[in-house]
Amino acid sequence: MRSVSFTLNGKPTRLKVDETRALLWVLRDDLGLTGTKFGCGQAVCGACTVLVDNEAVRSCATAVGDVEGKQVLTIEGLARDGRLHPIQDAFVKHAAFQCGYCTPGMILGAYALLLKNPKATRAAIIKGMDQHLCRCGAHVRIIQAVETAATAMKGGAR
Amino acid sequence: MIPDDDRRDEDDELVVDGPARFPVDRRDFIKLTSTGLLVLFAVEPATALQERERLPTGRQGYPADFNAYLHVGADGRVTCLVGKVELGQGVMTSLPQLLAEELDVPLASVGIVMGDTDLCPWDGGTFGSLSIRQFGPVLRQAAAEARAVLLQLASERLQVPLERLGVKAGTISDTTDAARKVTYAQLTEGKRIERRLEAKPALKAVSSFTVAGRSAARRDALEKVTGKAKYAGDIVPPGGALHARILRPPAHGATLAQVGTSAAEAVPGVRVVRDGDMIAVLHEHRDEAEKALSLVKAQFTRNDPPVDDKTIFDHLVKTAAPGRTVAEGGSLAEGERLVSRLIESTYLDSYVAHAPMEPHAAVAAVESGKVTVWAGTQTPFPLKSQVEQALHLPPEKVRVITPYVGGGFGGKSASRQGVEAARLAMLTGRPVRVVFSREEEFFYDTFRPAAVVKIRSGIDAAKGIALWDYLVYCAGERGAAHFYNIPNHRTLSSGGWSGGGPSPHPFAIGPWRAPGANTNAFARESQIDIMAAGAGVDPVEFRRKNLTDPRMLRVLETAAGKFGWVPKAAPSGRGVGVACGIDAGTYVCLMAEVAVDKSTGQVQVKRVTCAQEMGVVVNPDGALQQIEGSITMGLGYALSEEVHFKGGELLDRNFDTYELPRFSQVPRIDAVLVDAPDIPAAGGGEPAIVPMGAVVANAIFDAVGARLYRMAMTPARVKEALARG
Repeated sequence: MRSVSFTLNGKPTRLKVDETRALLWVLRDDLGLTGTKFGCGQAVCGACTVLVDNEAVRSCATAVGDVEGKQVLTIEGLARDGRLHPIQDAFVKHAAFQCGYCTPGMILGAYALLLKNPKATRAAIIKGMDQHLCRCGAHVRIIQAVETAATAMKGGAR
Repeated sequence: MIPDDDRRDEDDELVVDGPARFPVDRRDFIKLTSTGLLVLFAVEPATALQERERLPTGRQGYPADFNAYLHVGADGRVTCLVGKVELGQGVMTSLPQLLAEELDVPLASVGIVMGDTDLCPWDGGTFGSLSIRQFGPVLRQAAAEARAVLLQLASERLQVPLERLGVKAGTISDTTDAARKVTYAQLTEGKRIERRLEAKPALKAVSSFTVAGRSAARRDALEKVTGKAKYAGDIVPPGGALHARILRPPAHGATLAQVGTSAAEAVPGVRVVRDGDMIAVLHEHRDEAEKALSLVKAQFTRNDPPVDDKTIFDHLVKTAAPGRTVAEGGSLAEGERLVSRLIESTYLDSYVAHAPMEPHAAVAAVESGKVTVWAGTQTPFPLKSQVEQALHLPPEKVRVITPYVGGGFGGKSASRQGVEAARLAMLTGRPVRVVFSREEEFFYDTFRPAAVVKIRSGIDAAKGIALWDYLVYCAGERGAAHFYNIPNHRTLSSGGWSGGGPSPHPFAIGPWRAPGANTNAFARESQIDIMAAGAGVDPVEFRRKNLTDPRMLRVLETAAGKFGWVPKAAPSGRGVGVACGIDAGTYVCLMAEVAVDKSTGQVQVKRVTCAQEMGVVVNPDGALQQIEGSITMGLGYALSEEVHFKGGELLDRNFDTYELPRFSQVPRIDAVLVDAPDIPAAGGGEPAIVPMGAVVANAIFDAVGARLYRMAMTPARVKEALARG
């Protein structure tokens, strides 16, 4: 057990925790942020994706100790001041989900992608999202939503 | 696709809260229904019976009781309470559309409560593309009944004869004097009116629809894009819940011989529970419970059946019961006489997993002797019965609540996790959370059964199909009967997937999105193409020639137009294919274009066109979502998905080896809904997945002249087929 400090959705957070525990379960069990989903436990489905210092990581395979001093963003922190982020808006507009379970990971994966490559082409979006699984088959709409979001953000991801 | 003005009710107030699913607890419900108009209604016995036949054995059928409520409140809100659940298929959006339409109220004033066994009346489960097809009409009747009651009340209050009254947006007015009006809310205020729907009131003409038949924004959107949507594993009961990880055998059929739990018990904060066959390790944190479970020393005695993923097909055929006749006509002997060349084929289909992104999850809590289970399930009411049985509790002591379900596809008709959570909550006296690991999810999945189809068929001198002798093993009868004009034919089904004698399968099998129909369509539509190619006839032209069903012809022509089908006998080298199907009352035709890499055997599906006729469409964009989802999901069973196993041991237990379709594999999808306002609403959740295997197989043949007889059509099997020539 040690104290781990990081910034969570813009707020300083300090926890006394076994630092080897998975970030996913600390977020869900200790911090009550259940928007981050458990899907596979082996970093092969993308449902648990969060951003750490603007990089998409699989929180099921990230030790909480590894985010010491870093910025962590979960789906709960993406909409600000009651306004949806353009990616969330685009997912709503295109109905780019069905069951919604992979959606938080998809949205954060897309966000990390657009932060790196704000003018991502369709091909780049497909390549960038390829490690995210969706069983309902919302893929075509997810691609459209990310394209729409990229345009709405006018090449400047916030 | 969604009209702009309909896109979102909440456009101006982007509050990060979704539309409420009200009410949320029993107290609210009693308050809700203490005044107002309550209509109780039942699903028709005839259709209920059909549903019952499709249930795995041991489940109860529909009671003669009423099984849904519609409530018009004094606050103007309309609430529908249904036992169906939202799996992503969109019924929490489309059912309120039907209700708003028939009752003449704004869509935004309609709420829906789903899958709560204390609040909602009994329902067998959400499966079979039945919610709109079977439940929709009775919901409309209930709304029509409510509207009739309200009109009667208005007539009395306004002293205006019924025929002079009109309704708009929940307000009834005199058509000759608009100032004389009264709202539904005013009419129900301070009253409690209860009606049981027994007669069938007249329904609105589909042509007059203004709410149904137009795309409506999904009601779950805001919650799902903000992470606020709650799934079973997200529920935190008062006081929190302990995570339970349960000891599982290494293979199906294995029994526990020896177990040592002392190392696990030594972990701080861990509690080990043993109850009969169940050994569970509980901890406040999931990962601590996981670690402790790995310290449990267990020895199992294996009892594997002598089959694996290669020998299973021989095993299925050898152990099969005699075939049952599904359809027949003419004489097979006469057919054989007419046919110049008999084509005999055997088609094989592997076990396939449901693999929803949300693994089975449940949280159970006990309060004053009553167990509440929040479960990710397609069958809340059957789960409630299972919990009652497992815990020897009377019905009033068990409640199942179904939050959002993260995908089902048939796999969440089985809900053992709910029973396990309930047992552990009772044993520990603490709320308990059971969330399957992905490995457990695969292990306990009720797979789509491996199956075999044998067909003997042939054409006569006029290139008409003269003989069709069809035998399906283990996939069942759904979609087994052909829909072509064949004078001499017989369809037999042996060992349907849902029971009848001892199971030939080494593990559990169950309904998988359009159970059996995928297997049957793969075999039938491949065989049709083989005959077309043999006759040197374009496969669309061949179907046209051998079909008279106008609904099928219409989807075939529509797809051909949209796809830009240019007639040519296969193999043409272009890589185009066609396949048709009927499922859940819906007609569907798919056309696909593929590219085959001959050196690697890799198949890339470039585009798929779908023409679907499903009768009246309630939410067109919702229907398109289901079509796109079906085509994408179908890509998996066609190309990459199959469960590898040896005896009772599964070799695929996560997505590293079990390959779901990915973004890079998804084709362009062009879907067309064929207008059919005179045909009652048919099913939408499953039909388009049915022809996916065949359309890909037929397009591969057209591309490279190699015929695939086995799914999944993996690169290795494509290369094998190429080598066979």
